[in-house]
Amino acid sequence: MHSSITIVGASLAGVRAAEALRSEGFKGNIKLLGDEAHIAYDRPPLSKSFLEGEMTSEKLSLLTSEKINELELEVRTDSKASNLDIESRTLEVNGEVEEFDALIIATGARARKLPNTEEINGVHTLRSLDDSIKIRKSFKSGNPKVVVVGGGFIGCEVAATASNLGIEVTIVESQDVPLSHVLGEEAGKVISELHTNNGVRLKCGVEVQEIRGDSQVEGVLLEDGTLLEADLVIVGIGAVPNTEWLENSGLTIENGVCCDQTCLAAPNIVAAGDVARWDHQGYGKSIRLEHWDNAAEQGKHAALRLLQTEAEALPYAPIPWFWSDQFDRKIQLAGISSPEDDFEVVVDSPDEGRFTGIYGSEGKLRAVLGINRPRHVMQFKSLMENKASWKEALDFAKEIG
Amino acid sequence: MRVVVDFDLCESNAICMQIAPDIFEVRDDDFLYVLDETPSEDRRSNLEESVQRCPKQAISIEE
Repeated sequence: MHSSITIVGASLAGVRAAEALRSEGFKGNIKLLGDEAHIAYDRPPLSKSFLEGEMTSEKLSLLTSEKINELELEVRTDSKASNLDIESRTLEVNGEVEEFDALIIATGARARKLPNTEEINGVHTLRSLDDSIKIRKSFKSGNPKVVVVGGGFIGCEVAATASNLGIEVTIVESQDVPLSHVLGEEAGKVISELHTNNGVRLKCGVEVQEIRGDSQVEGVLLEDGTLLEADLVIVGIGAVPNTEWLENSGLTIENGVCCDQTCLAAPNIVAAGDVARWDHQGYGKSIRLEHWDNAAEQGKHAALRLLQTEAEALPYAPIPWFWSDQFDRKIQLAGISSPEDDFEVVVDSPDEGRFTGIYGSEGKLRAVLGINRPRHVMQFKSLMENKASWKEALDFAKEIG
Repeated sequence: MRVVVDFDLCESNAICMQIAPDIFEVRDDDFLYVLDETPSEDRRSNLEESVQRCPKQAISIEE
């Protein structure tokens, strides 16, 4: 039995890992190390309610001091890990060597930045609480012109929030239809219309050439020559897993920490959340997810893996699920969709602005998309857990349609 | 045990309905209905999972 487990990364996956260890009866020392100044907090509101309103950061907390005491955790902020040595089971924390018996890697991902924009004020990415606080402050000073670079889920949420606040906002997206690489063109167009109907301007099918401005951002120049004036630029062009600190550790790193089906990266070392790439038994390939629900569930699964023998270990093979709130719509996707899949809207209520669509390929149900249709999304998610065929999904759609 | 939902927090993500459909139902009107406010003890593990996986942490258990 281990006597000391170190968790690197004090966000959702790390916190859920710590909770799971205690609820499974682990009595040893648990260190929870985070590199931010803030104690663990919930990220989804950072692009939505927190950004829009007056919510205090305390409301986002994932770990109260009572909880820390109850779980007997050693929580350390501003603690950056490096130089993991999997043979000697040591790592460095802020340069000091520390030992562990078992390790949970939950260092997450960071927002990808546009090159050569570090020195320009007013250019932000949105990932951390501090990012959201800065953007929120800028939203409320004067009447800023906002350009969002990247029409992914974060970009769309930020644009919706800005628009709700009455701010003039433009999304620049390199694809012809935002989100079409995930949702396909038909569904992507529905989201586009949602934005344009709410006054968000869309510039699609064009790349950013340059961010203009010396010390303060002034505009965004596009490759087609358009110059968009901007007081504030928010860049949402994806995330990069935080694996640099593991580069000479002996672990396999390929766009994430590579793990087996049970989340094990090496003996006594597991990974969970946005940083983890694991062999998903159900899909027969390795995947890495950046979803809230996955961070929570994988954190728990990976932690329990450390307390199990190889014979006891279970594969981690969930149906992925996430949501995005934009304007008055709750967009939910369960499963893994691809733009090449067949897509069929099975329940449509255009007057109410909501629908349910399903994705399929090779005779299988692959994913379900709901716009203000949470009930249907969960029903089809259950079908996917039972490996439903495309025909079974269509038959079920007729029942509910 | 008693199921308590903070409806000011609830956003009808419906994950609870998938985990414990005998306790929670999100209907076509997009609202969550608690079908069984005092589930029997053998429903505890599903109920606890619903509490944990609610993205708004809107569900709690009162003993």
